Amino acid sequence: MSHVAHVLGRIASAVLLAAVAAFFALPMLWLASAPFDAHPSITVSLPEFTLDNFRAILDNPYALGSIGNSVIQAGGAAALVVVLAALAAYALSRVRVPGRDALLYLLLLLSSVVTGTAAMVPIFELATRLNLVDTHLGVVLTVSGGLLPAAIFILKDFMDATPTSYEESARVFGASPLQILRHIVVPVVRPGLATIAVWAVANVWGGFLLQYILLRDPEKSPGSVVLYTLYTEGGQPNLSLVSTFSLLYSLPVVLMYLFVSSRYGFRFHGGIKR
Amino acid sequence: MISVHGLTKVFPGGVRALDSLDLDIGEGEFFALLGPSGCGKTTLLRSIAGLETPTSGRIGIGGTDVTTLAPGRRDVAMVFQDYALFPHMDVAANIAYPLRIRKTPRARREARAAEVADRLSLTGLLGRRPGQLSGGQQQRVALARAVACRPRVFLFDEPLSNLDARLRLEARTFLKRLQDELGVTTVFVTHDQGEALALAHRIAVMDAGRIVQVGTPAEIFHRPATTFVASFIGSTPMNLLPGRAGDGVLHVAGAALPAPGDLPEGEPIVYGVRPEYTDLSATRRDDGFPGEVAVLENLGATTLVTLEGPDHLVQAVVGEGREPAVGTAAWAVPRRGRALVYRDGRLAGQA
Repeated sequence: MSHVAHVLGRIASAVLLAAVAAFFALPMLWLASAPFDAHPSITVSLPEFTLDNFRAILDNPYALGSIGNSVIQAGGAAALVVVLAALAAYALSRVRVPGRDALLYLLLLLSSVVTGTAAMVPIFELATRLNLVDTHLGVVLTVSGGLLPAAIFILKDFMDATPTSYEESARVFGASPLQILRHIVVPVVRPGLATIAVWAVANVWGGFLLQYILLRDPEKSPGSVVLYTLYTEGGQPNLSLVSTFSLLYSLPVVLMYLFVSSRYGFRFHGGIKR
Repeated sequence: MISVHGLTKVFPGGVRALDSLDLDIGEGEFFALLGPSGCGKTTLLRSIAGLETPTSGRIGIGGTDVTTLAPGRRDVAMVFQDYALFPHMDVAANIAYPLRIRKTPRARREARAAEVADRLSLTGLLGRRPGQLSGGQQQRVALARAVACRPRVFLFDEPLSNLDARLRLEARTFLKRLQDELGVTTVFVTHDQGEALALAHRIAVMDAGRIVQVGTPAEIFHRPATTFVASFIGSTPMNLLPGRAGDGVLHVAGAALPAPGDLPEGEPIVYGVRPEYTDLSATRRDDGFPGEVAVLENLGATTLVTLEGPDHLVQAVVGEGREPAVGTAAWAVPRRGRALVYRDGRLAGQA
């Protein structure tokens, strides 16, 4: 009797899990099937197979270039964030500054409270005065500023977990501060740096509002903004183009994830002590 | 070889870790800095290494004043308590790291690493990462790295404390032999008096940022300069009993004992005798501390006996088969010439 109940329980839980999985898998499935469908709709169906959608997106004057723009902006921001956050986190972890933790939490708090739409007007004003509107640099600087506090916070954890005796040992052997950074600190916290880089790229890659406001010139717009312009003549979202471009646009991020994951084994530590 | 003059270190916040400290360490000496935690011994070692900047005072190594010199230019090698092996480098790269900093050609430093590894029986482990090594092997790699750079001075911070008890004895013998063969001046920090007595040629006992006594292990063990050193040194703590001098004898815990010369009458004193130099008598003796056998602790070949008197505890070590029964009365008799008399906490004479 209990055996039957056990089997029924197993079946019930499998069905429930399958339903939950399907709920999350459907959008992915749509993304995989719609680009190859001659007449995509918002439902998932077996596609009438065609590659016309890809031809159409390649004909769009801004589509391919926008992916290049995304790479420039995301790559630039990630590089800037990793370098600055690593230096700041190292200093904050090793030098005793009065009120260090308070400063860090305040930065983190402000960066997460005063964000997005709230900061948009002053940021635009600032960018205009500095002649940074319509430049990649403007976008890179602005998004980096938003990402830095959290990046410093996460990296400081990695730095704190690295014993100071490593550096002291190297110092006694005569290593210079730059050598210590290159030979010891960077290799030891490399998984942390990779985490921050991936996180920064993913953030900028999907970012829309800042880029939309700071860039007027469609030649410089990233993919996330160009995606917003893919309409039919009737003013409806052009689903075949939207789905095709979405697929193309997500590929680089997936590849990056796979690369970093195979290299470092992906562990997203966040601000949590290991 | 190493000379320290008037060294003072005050940490931000006002903690005085070193208090106007003087010390001279000879060429080729194996020197121990011994003391309880917080006594400043590690700060002293780190100051010699250059990792701490002294508030005032001077440090010389081999005749040159190195007080303001960067750690890397003092020609010292330090082994840290946690070994500080770089986790992303294999054993060979770790051992060769000091040579890499000195821009030794790759072939030369690989040869040197192999040579040192051979000497410390690490040859089979050269390709491993520190994480794949046992505690004892990690310690040997850390030693090898220090040996590889041929410094004038070795500095060891608690070199044995991260090893388990059994391994620690093996490593102790190994370390002593290594220092003996290399003949390099070595300063090490420890809180374990047994380690200091076993390894060092000379020991400096430290307390509260000052050196209380410097001497050979035998001197420190037999004639501790203060009651602090007396209670700190020895695997079983020394019996320290308050008493008073009078009529040419010492009145201590119900016993009348011969007094050393020149002790003023009526002065309070502390009478110290090691349990190892205390004999038990089953019959009443005027020169013995009376008490009832309260505890027996088996030390292997000997037994530590605790006698409980009216207002004192005395411990004595007795040989195998001579343990008294718990609850019987006994008298603890200090052996002639082995007892010490302290006045105001300082050694005043031998009795």
